[in-house]
Amino acid sequence: MSTDTSNLLYLVTIICFVLALRFLSSPTTARRGNWIGAAGMAVAIVVTLLQHGVHLGWRIPVGAAIGSAFGAVGARRVKMTAMPQMVALFNGVGGGAAALVSLAEFHKLAPIAGRLHTDVSLSIALSALIGSVSFAGSMIAFAKLQELIGGRPITYPGQQVGNMLLISAIAASGVAIVAGAERQWLIIALILGSLVFGVLFVLPIGGADMPVVISLLNAFTGLAASATGFELGSNVLIVSGALVGASGTLLTMMMGRAMNRSIGNVLFGAFGKVQAGAGSAALLEGTVRSVTAEDVAIMLSYSRKVVIVPGYGMAVAQAQHAVRELADELEKKNVEVDYAIHPVAGRMPGHMNVLLAEANVPYPALKEMDEINPEFPQTDVVLVIGANDVVNPAARSDPGSPIYGMPILNVDQAHQVIVMKRSMATGFAGIDNPLFLDPKTAMLFGDAKDSVLKLVAAVKTL
Amino acid sequence: MSHYGQLVVELTILALAIFLGVEVIAKVPTLLHTPLMSGTNAIHGIVIVGAMIVAGFSDPDLLTGWVGFVAMILAAANVVGGFVVTDRMLEMFKKREPPKRDGEGKA
Repeated sequence: MSTDTSNLLYLVTIICFVLALRFLSSPTTARRGNWIGAAGMAVAIVVTLLQHGVHLGWRIPVGAAIGSAFGAVGARRVKMTAMPQMVALFNGVGGGAAALVSLAEFHKLAPIAGRLHTDVSLSIALSALIGSVSFAGSMIAFAKLQELIGGRPITYPGQQVGNMLLISAIAASGVAIVAGAERQWLIIALILGSLVFGVLFVLPIGGADMPVVISLLNAFTGLAASATGFELGSNVLIVSGALVGASGTLLTMMMGRAMNRSIGNVLFGAFGKVQAGAGSAALLEGTVRSVTAEDVAIMLSYSRKVVIVPGYGMAVAQAQHAVRELADELEKKNVEVDYAIHPVAGRMPGHMNVLLAEANVPYPALKEMDEINPEFPQTDVVLVIGANDVVNPAARSDPGSPIYGMPILNVDQAHQVIVMKRSMATGFAGIDNPLFLDPKTAMLFGDAKDSVLKLVAAVKTL
Repeated sequence: MSHYGQLVVELTILALAIFLGVEVIAKVPTLLHTPLMSGTNAIHGIVIVGAMIVAGFSDPDLLTGWVGFVAMILAAANVVGGFVVTDRMLEMFKKREPPKRDGEGKA
C-alpha cells in the first residue's frame, strides 16, 4: 500500500478517535464511543500491516499476542479501587513503547551521517525523553498507589542539585543528538537519564497528590506519541497524541484547581518542603457529640432529602454496596437521596463516580460539587462517609489552614450532619476539622461498612 | 512534497488537533473523567503503529530486533488493556431504575 493511501485510511482512525471522545460527553453514548475508538485502532493496525516495508515476521504477531494477553487479563481482573494503578501502568507502557520506537529508529537511521533532518532528530530525542520519563514515572506512581512503596514524599539531601545535574546531562545529550552527533550511546544515555529522572520526579510526590501526577503522566505519554508521529511522518500519531496531551493537561489543571494548589507546588512542593506547617490552623477545642446507628436511622427515615458525601475511606472499607442498599431503603420511604462528589474524591479524576457506579448507584444521583453546593441549605441530613478534608469548613474560614482556599462541599449548611469515622484521627492533611465540633454535627464511630450495615438494618425495622 | 513543506503541514495538523482536543474534552462531564483517562490511555496506544514499523524492519540487527519486539508487547498491552478496561467501566454507568422503587412502599 502506498503512503498516501495508508494516510487516507489513517484518517478514518483519526475520525474514529475524535468521535470516541465526543461520545464520552454523555454516559448514554460513552460505551459506543469506546467501541468506535477500538474500531479506529483496528483500522490503523490493519493499514500498518499492509504498509510497504512492514514485514510481518514473528516479532509483530508474537509481541502482539503476549502484549494483548497481559493487557486483557490485567484489564479484566483489576478491581475498581485499583483503577488509578491500572491507568498509571497503561500510561507507562505506552510511554515506554514510544521511547523504544525512537531508540530503534535512531539506531537504524543514524549510522549514515547527514541522513537525519534536524526536525526528525529533535522528534526522536523528545519522544525518547518524554516517553522514558512517563514510563519510569508511571511505574513509581503504580508502586505508590499499589502500596509497594510508601506513599509519603521521599526526599534526600542534595536532591535539588542532583536533579539539576541530571536535567543538564539529559539536555546535553538531547542537544548533541539534534546537532547531528549521531552516536548510538547518546540516545541510550538520554533514555537512561530520563528513566532516572522519571523515578526522581515522582518519588517525592505524596500519595494524596497522585491524581495530579497520573493526569500529568497521561499528558506526557500523549506528547511522546505525538513526537513519535513527527519522527515517522505519521499524521495519525500526531493527532492522537495531541488529543491525549490536551486531555491530560486539562485534567491536570482541573485537579490542581480542585486542590487549590498550583501544579508547580504539587510537583516540586516536597523539594523545598513547602507543605510543612504552612500556617497555624486554629487549635480546636470543644466536645464531639456521638450518636448510635439507631438514632441516625430514625433521623434519616424521617428526612425529605439526604445527601451522602463519600470519601476514599468508604472505598477502602468496601462500603459502596452497603451505602447503595441504605439509599435504596431510604428511597422506599420516599426520602430523596443524592451523592455529593468532590472532584478529588478518590485517587484519580472521577474515581468516586466509577466506584459508586460499580455498586449500581444510578449516575443521575451522582452530583458534582457546583451542582450540589446550592442544595445543602435545603438538605435535612448529610451523611459523610470516610471523607474529611473535602468537607472541612476551615478551607473557607481559616486563612491559617493549609487547605485554606480549596473549594469544598458546604455540608455545614445542611440542617444535620452525620460524620462516620473510625475514630477521632485527623484526615490525610493532618489538620483539625471544625465541622466535627459544629453543634449540628454528630459522629457515628466505627468501621464504615459495619456502621452502614447497622444503619440499613435499623432503617428496615422502622 | 519537500521535507520542509511536510513539516509545516504536520505542525499545522498538530496545532489544530490540540485545539480540537481541548474543545472536545472540555465537554466531558466530571462523572466520566476516569473513563476519559483510560480511554485516552487506549488512544495513545496508537504508538502501536510505530511499534509495528520498527518490529517489522526486514533484517534488523540484534538491538533493533529486540527493541522492536519489546515495543510491540508494550504497545499491544496498552491498546488491548486500555479499551477493555474502559469498556468495563462504562458498562457500569446505568441510569436506573432499581426495579423495586415504588411497589412495596413503607415496610
